[in-house]
Amino acid sequence: MIKQTASEMGEALSKGEISSVELTKAHLDRIAEVDGQVKAFLHVDAEGALAQAKGVDARRKSGEKLSPIAGVPLALKDVLAQRGVPTTAGSKILENWKPPYDSTVVSKLKDAGVVIMGKTNMDEFAMGSSTENSGYGPTFNPWDLARTPGGSSGGSAAAVSAFEAPLAVGSDTGGSIRQPAALTGIVGVRPTYGAVSRYGLIAYSSSLDQAGPFGRTVLDTALLHEVMAGHDVKDATSISAPVPAVVAAAKSGDVKGMKIGVIKQLQGEGYQKGVQARFDESLQVLASLGAEIVEVDCPSFEYALAAYYLIAPSECSSNLARFDAMRYGLRTGDTEGASAEAVMSATRDAGFGREVKRRIILGTYALSSGYYDAYYGSAQKIRTLIIQDYAKAFAQADVLVSPTAPTTAYKIGEKVDDPMAMYLGDVATIPVNLAGICGMSLPAGLAEEDGLPVGFQIMAPAMQDQRLYQAGAALEAALLSKWGAPILSKAPTLGGVR
Amino acid sequence: MSSLSRDDVAKLAGLARIEMTEAELVELSSQFGMILDAVARVQEVDLTGVKATSHPQPLENVARPDVVLPSLSPEDALSGAPAKEESRFRVPQILGEAE
Repeated sequence: MIKQTASEMGEALSKGEISSVELTKAHLDRIAEVDGQVKAFLHVDAEGALAQAKGVDARRKSGEKLSPIAGVPLALKDVLAQRGVPTTAGSKILENWKPPYDSTVVSKLKDAGVVIMGKTNMDEFAMGSSTENSGYGPTFNPWDLARTPGGSSGGSAAAVSAFEAPLAVGSDTGGSIRQPAALTGIVGVRPTYGAVSRYGLIAYSSSLDQAGPFGRTVLDTALLHEVMAGHDVKDATSISAPVPAVVAAAKSGDVKGMKIGVIKQLQGEGYQKGVQARFDESLQVLASLGAEIVEVDCPSFEYALAAYYLIAPSECSSNLARFDAMRYGLRTGDTEGASAEAVMSATRDAGFGREVKRRIILGTYALSSGYYDAYYGSAQKIRTLIIQDYAKAFAQADVLVSPTAPTTAYKIGEKVDDPMAMYLGDVATIPVNLAGICGMSLPAGLAEEDGLPVGFQIMAPAMQDQRLYQAGAALEAALLSKWGAPILSKAPTLGGVR
Repeated sequence: MSSLSRDDVAKLAGLARIEMTEAELVELSSQFGMILDAVARVQEVDLTGVKATSHPQPLENVARPDVVLPSLSPEDALSGAPAKEESRFRVPQILGEAE
């Protein structure tokens, strides 16, 4: 039952073949069986999940018209507030915090009857690319438990890859949905900036953050996308236009006559051999389906990584000022006579991890008077050039493509002491965030040299998210018939079940 | 090669209200040169006449009708407070005795 796709589960639920309670129990059993190895979850809310499942079963019985994924269980990245359920953003500064409200994403999931089983591990405040920066220990890649699942949404990606949940929610500030999707052999989408409400999404870098869906198929991802997206008056940057028809696009999956642009700057040197090989093979598949492949030039992408590592730390140094030990979260050093400032400083030292401190200090530096124009100011102008590069490229192509990440999953501990090496893993995903457009990663097969999953990235202009699903579904179907079985069937056994 | 001394990092940490240990200050200052060199690449490009983008969307002021909507109860608002007194947050002393 847990090996099915979310859309198959939704169908079985609507036909009354299974109940949401049964389906949720099966997944909670799977979590109990394998999560000791994978460590995808920070908190499993078994009681709450079964209550939600019972509720949706009752709604269905009463004849209510429900979403196609009503009753299907889901794993939620711990960056999203859920009322009464521990929400930490992977940080010790929020240990034991229970939000008094639901994020809009959670409200929408509950309205749709999607069952939230628990909160997944992540790099602290979404700062990282391997989930090793979590204050609660790393998550392990189901394909090889010695390796990272990517990050920052590594827990959500690993949960879906390990069949602990058919669907998951992540957030993507510089690639934090697409890169872990690539490294664990699943599908992940970062929607257009503003398409999914940020209300209740704990902020890292507000002009770049966006929540989005994970699934094991393009269609499943689209079904969750449709539930999560939509205008929200509680988020001033939320887009009021209708949600693009992503489910219809995932069902059509036709690329005949579609122009696909290969970004010259995001391939070749620096990309692992097996990653490049799978990417090239997918391009050939798309061409054989009738797509027209063109090469596009995006010269400013060379500076995207530098601009990102100024803009995101700058915004984070401001956003994380709210963790001041006064209204919620950790407070230490509150002894008789200690000043508010001393308590604040002691709490922030004890509560924040290394990478978070590194980025706050970098952001504080980049925003300080005398350096502002040279660093933050220049980075914002590079951002303009990247938007212009995309505009030119999208004049030549309907979608743009690249490998999602330059390498397959790396060993835990391999890059943790070398921040620049870690940052380089985001080189292909960051331009999307800087421009506020949308992107998808889907499995392109396994790299020959290490047998690990490779991700294929598709990018589309703002609010043209349906193009991702259209091209993604076509590639997925063609690769599936070539492989004969889904990519996850090739992953090793966990807990004696797979 | 850019660099940031231990004292520079200490000053920034003070501004960011993070009380760092000596070991943390030394580690960060040793990593900063490399990181600053990498991000300083934004200065290699001729940016004359290029406008800055602070946000991917053309931002407009968003207003709603001035109607009272439900909000957190005092109990909910105080539910995560590290310390509280009656229906208020209890915080350490902010102003000095003499101020």
